[in-house]
Amino acid sequence: MSEAILRDVASLAIRLAAERGATDAECTIAEGDEFSATVRLGEVETLKEAGSRAAGLRVLIGKRQGSSYTSDLTDEGVSQMVDAAIAIARITEEDPFAGLPEPEELGQIEGDLKLAEADVALVEASARIDAAKRAEATALAADPRITNSEGAGCETYTGCRVFANSRGFLGSYSSTTASLSVTPVAREGEQMERDYWHSISRSWAGLESPEDVGRKAAARALRRLGARKIETCKATVVFEPRVAKSILGHIFEAVTGEAIYRKSSFLLDKLNEKIAVDGLTLIDDATMPGYFGTSPFDDEGVPSRRTVIVQNGVLKNYLYNTYSARKLGAKTTGNGSRGLTGAAGIGHGTLFIEPGTKTPEEIYAAVGTGLYVTELIGFGVNTVTGDYSRGAAGLWIEDGKLSYPVAEITIAGHLSDMLKNIIHIGSDLEFRGSTCAPTIAISDMTISGK
Amino acid sequence: MSSLSNLFGQKFGLTERDLERYLAEALSKGGDYADLYFEYLATSSISLDESLVKSATQGVSLGVGIRVLSGERTGYAYSDDLSPDRILKAARTAACIASGPATEIVHGLKSGEKRDLYPVGVLAGDTPLEERVKLVKRADAAARAHDSRVFQVQAIYADSVRHVLVATSDGRLSTDLQPMARLNVAVLAREGEGVPQRGYAGGGGRVGLEFFTGSHSPEAFAEDAARQAIVQLHAIDAPAGEMTVVLGPGWPGILLHEAVGHGLEADFNRKGVSAFSGRVGQQVASPLCTVVDDGTIAHRRGSLNVDDEGEPTQQNVLIENGVLRGYLTDKLSARLSGGVSTGSGRRENYQHYPMPRMTNTFMLAGESDPEEIIKTVKKGIFCTNFGGGQVDITSGNFVFSASESFLIEDGKITSPVRGATLIGNGPEALKHVSMVGNDLKLDLGIGVCGKEGQSVPVGVGMPTIKIDLMTVGGTR
Repeated sequence: MSEAILRDVASLAIRLAAERGATDAECTIAEGDEFSATVRLGEVETLKEAGSRAAGLRVLIGKRQGSSYTSDLTDEGVSQMVDAAIAIARITEEDPFAGLPEPEELGQIEGDLKLAEADVALVEASARIDAAKRAEATALAADPRITNSEGAGCETYTGCRVFANSRGFLGSYSSTTASLSVTPVAREGEQMERDYWHSISRSWAGLESPEDVGRKAAARALRRLGARKIETCKATVVFEPRVAKSILGHIFEAVTGEAIYRKSSFLLDKLNEKIAVDGLTLIDDATMPGYFGTSPFDDEGVPSRRTVIVQNGVLKNYLYNTYSARKLGAKTTGNGSRGLTGAAGIGHGTLFIEPGTKTPEEIYAAVGTGLYVTELIGFGVNTVTGDYSRGAAGLWIEDGKLSYPVAEITIAGHLSDMLKNIIHIGSDLEFRGSTCAPTIAISDMTISGK
Repeated sequence: MSSLSNLFGQKFGLTERDLERYLAEALSKGGDYADLYFEYLATSSISLDESLVKSATQGVSLGVGIRVLSGERTGYAYSDDLSPDRILKAARTAACIASGPATEIVHGLKSGEKRDLYPVGVLAGDTPLEERVKLVKRADAAARAHDSRVFQVQAIYADSVRHVLVATSDGRLSTDLQPMARLNVAVLAREGEGVPQRGYAGGGGRVGLEFFTGSHSPEAFAEDAARQAIVQLHAIDAPAGEMTVVLGPGWPGILLHEAVGHGLEADFNRKGVSAFSGRVGQQVASPLCTVVDDGTIAHRRGSLNVDDEGEPTQQNVLIENGVLRGYLTDKLSARLSGGVSTGSGRRENYQHYPMPRMTNTFMLAGESDPEEIIKTVKKGIFCTNFGGGQVDITSGNFVFSASESFLIEDGKITSPVRGATLIGNGPEALKHVSMVGNDLKLDLGIGVCGKEGQSVPVGVGMPTIKIDLMTVGGTR
């Protein structure tokens, strides 16, 4: 459906909700078309092509709220969605803080945010197949020890999001994504290791070349061969950018207004206190044109903005949606986020750490001996207490250089100590996806192995 | 021709002739096989926070996924619009995976034998909302009454009913009605201004509201969540390094899901990218270990009358007395390896093509008394509850995160320890199992398994087991 028709559907839902007794309402519609090709060992494995759309509605009847959703966007489907939301609002209880943003808080940032690039919709199926085949072929040809592949995939996506509320907000925007990835398998004797490289862009032209994707993936899989378990010890851990960004995710979780009002954050009551080393500045910015965390307005119709969360190690701001801001006597920071339905949660735009001055090689040299982590697995992070324990794989740093691969170990510590023990921040910040970090080195972590 | 007697016939006028027409269109450019997966999903959820029923949601989604197999290739398209022209368009899109003359479909769709693994008197979604609201309110009251140190309670109740219809080009028609209900309770407790600790419990299955009584009552879940949080208030840092680990019965069976289950899914093995590839017949665990995946247990969260390719589920023996017996297959992997499907083809919804997945994965009971197992351990940890886990199926390395554990010192359970990740290697870890308890327990019905972006409900189970050597990722 066209963006104009989807805007009409959202407006209809808001009007019907008001007619049927809602005192406030907000409607989100998302539409998307996905095209993907996967290739394995040079042959096409899957082709997928489809589009879908769905709407979600949240109504308030006084201080009670109810939500519903539907994939049926006909007038009848929308009408049923409205009835369902109103019916379910009657079983909920009055929440004194429930409500929409104030009218003066609503709006959107102007200008071309470059979220949709025309070349993505024009990509032919054969081009996706070709890109995936070339990426995989390059990986397979990189070294005789690359003996197998989990395959390569190329995907393009075009989507549109519409939001309307009963306080006069109606906004919409389109976005596009293109991505290419490959996962080669390296083998030496009985040991097999896989790794991947993934390129993602708002435009087709912005993707890394298939050959670059293949080469990087192969190099990553190869360097894991011969991995050994090491002795349990304390050491400095250097997080490569791909895994360093997960630490930003943990900080984000702990600075949401929701975690704060629930008192479920290791960063509770820490505003304007020093929580990290001087060099650490963490920013959430949803306004940078073309970036993955960018949007003209948040999922409550509040203009997107830039918020400095941590400045030179001092916690400056929590991130709020309308609800958590009201609970805590603050103002929304435009971080309302939701799928389609329900009250908004809290999300981030592009979350990143300002880069430091050292190259990764200078960091390895400065660290001397330690662990360079390239993969983290598992869910052993508790942002209430700050306890941190995850499965890891990577390379041992010896004499200031990356040396042999290590695996089947864990790294553990406490987030509040880890933030204060950051001893190096790299200069290698690159913006891929919506959470981005340079190389980071953290001292005094426990590595558990043999 | 008259409409089918199921929901898709009644609500959308779908007939057998329609299905054959769509299948024929899907194979209009050749290919070996095609199937249609119609899905209608209605969900509702109620969430309580700060002693208030703050929000509730209900909704409906529906669509059809069309798949065409041609050799090792899969073409897939879906539509959320069940009008014939949209379905035919999706069928033509999926058909493009092949390029040749049309393949004939088998006419006269036949249904297999019907069974009912999850009869419920009244679907949870058909009970008055007020009844369901009571569950979260009771959980809140019970958690707070359990201990005054409990200061936050979140309770979420959710149910769904999924109608599915699978029609295949080899002439099979399967339908199923899959109910699901679940109640979760999360609490935070703290002492004075100290660090809060979390506790979490819940359960459910393919059940109606009558499930939530006795040991599955809101009070039982709430008290368990509160108890866990209180225990954690006095936990000490977890130890680091290799040691003896005893896993309690039930949910700790997530070990099996990560250590062996994923690695035995046939897609990975067909491609030779699993640490278990080519190891059928080899010893991959101690002779005390027999591990099965069983999708036929009544009312279990992971159970299905038919899988998402229309095949009946069954009990599959994965490891028998430590020897690897077989893989979990879907139709594609079975077709390519010359075998038959083990009824393990699953998908999150109509927007995804199926792949081999687990259902309810557990280890059969052994002979040891659980208390005796603890007594044999001089120094180690006893883990009774877990968060999630993850595995790298190629290297075989897996983790799972203990959320409730205790030190074992000189055969006795002593201090509670803080959360820690345990890490091991799939084909090696279970070789260190030296005792298996006689107390097999299945989990209470909270498992969700993710693979390649698709989530499906699963179950796990295990008796108490002793693993002589495993790496514990603490700080001490």
